[in-house]
Amino acid sequence: MQLSHKGSIAAALAGATCALLGQSQAHAETDSSVLKDWKFDTAILYYGETDRVSLAEGVVSATKTNSDDSIFNVKLVLDTLTGASANGAVAQPTVQTFSRPSGKDSYQVAAGDTPLDDTFHDTRVQVAASWMQPFADTWRGTAGFNVSREYDYMSLGVNGLLEKDLFQRNTTLSAGLSYQFDSIDPVGGKPTPLSSMMVPADDDYDDEFEGEDDDHGAKNGSDDKTTLDMLFGVTQVINRRMLMQFNYGLSIVDGYTTDPYKVLSVINTNGVTQDIVYENRPDSRTKHSFFWQTKYALDNGVVDVSYRYATDDWEIDSHTIDSRLRFNLSGNSYIQPHIRYYQQSAADFYQPYLNQSADLPMYASADYRVGEMTAYTVGLKYGRTLENGHEWAVRAEYYQQDPKNAGFEQPGVLADLDLYPSVKAVILQFNYHF
Amino acid sequence: MKRKLVYVSVIVALSQLGGCASLGVQPWERDLLAKDEMALGAEGVDLGLDDHIYFSKEATSGGRSFAGGGCGCN
Repeated sequence: MQLSHKGSIAAALAGATCALLGQSQAHAETDSSVLKDWKFDTAILYYGETDRVSLAEGVVSATKTNSDDSIFNVKLVLDTLTGASANGAVAQPTVQTFSRPSGKDSYQVAAGDTPLDDTFHDTRVQVAASWMQPFADTWRGTAGFNVSREYDYMSLGVNGLLEKDLFQRNTTLSAGLSYQFDSIDPVGGKPTPLSSMMVPADDDYDDEFEGEDDDHGAKNGSDDKTTLDMLFGVTQVINRRMLMQFNYGLSIVDGYTTDPYKVLSVINTNGVTQDIVYENRPDSRTKHSFFWQTKYALDNGVVDVSYRYATDDWEIDSHTIDSRLRFNLSGNSYIQPHIRYYQQSAADFYQPYLNQSADLPMYASADYRVGEMTAYTVGLKYGRTLENGHEWAVRAEYYQQDPKNAGFEQPGVLADLDLYPSVKAVILQFNYHF
Repeated sequence: MKRKLVYVSVIVALSQLGGCASLGVQPWERDLLAKDEMALGAEGVDLGLDDHIYFSKEATSGGRSFAGGGCGCN
């Protein structure tokens, strides 16, 4: 997250992506012998929420297959995010004032509106590379790393995957390990858990507010977390048309999982906000996921259906069904409808607000993303193969999140306010493969 | 109830894999499975972009691949 440089980063990103694409194409034309073993997958994506966040993202993925069937892949991702994000506080029948993350400025939210922090502006660069090496006829080993950097966040990771083919390559067993180190350096410092947000006064923050901040030390420093993932899978060819995969994943997160920019409202018995405090989440999380996918070849297309069940010790259980149905319109074009449905239960520390009369809990978050919610995506993709073998595709999708009330009361003035507004987004993407 | 659902899911999945040795095809029957669009990771760029969006907006990630960390998502 960044507080300045509100220039045309989206334009710069688009330019950079185009430059990369153009450069690659130019190379392909002038020196095809060098790149004949390389394949490039490129994409530009726009994600835009109504009145909230928008994201532009560019991807260039280059893959080289060597003579011994080993495969090298390198992927560059650039994205820029801007717009407003729910800060976690409840709507009120009056105007509310919040501190920006820097602590040096404030913003106001109109009566009846869900408080959104419009400070967010971020650019992220990610580089990932992997090498897959076949050996001993039926084994494959893959090793990879990834680095991701944004204004207040850095992530470093390494991963490895071992695969073994059995029964004339009809069955493949796989086991993978990934270790990720993430470091966060929040704008304005890391807030003390459940401490009050101090709102700078319009006139005198220069001398008084900053002094106050130093005295209380409510926001200070950075933090980090590690994520250890294990993934075990079985892939099975069922018959000439169908194959199936089943994965079990274990993910152990240790460290700072709190969102330093999210807050909770502390309300009185009439639902009126008395204080705003920073959230606090447990410093560990253990997740289990069960993933099943089937692909079925039609005479003129492919059916792709997957289901994921995930559960964790934050008591978040989720179900995800994802399906893509590809219909070939001709030998060189297709359309592909996409439907996804997602449902999650609330974390055990989720609450939309805190009661002034109750003791402060150890952990609390009003972030709707760890609350009860359903979401769906519907989309359509059209793809075409050109005469030179290059492929392009375009996809348009609609994504809607519907947060739910997980059984919390809405006392007093909150009764008539929408505490669980839907989030609606469009996704537009263009792909080019050569 | 939720635990039961997990067990049922696992049993159903395992029962489908139970006959692995008798399933499958001969090498010359792979004409359809060998198509690019039949690869499990086909459209990898799309899947990666989707993973980033849903990782940022929902509480669950991974399953198909590593859940990972990787962004301070707003």
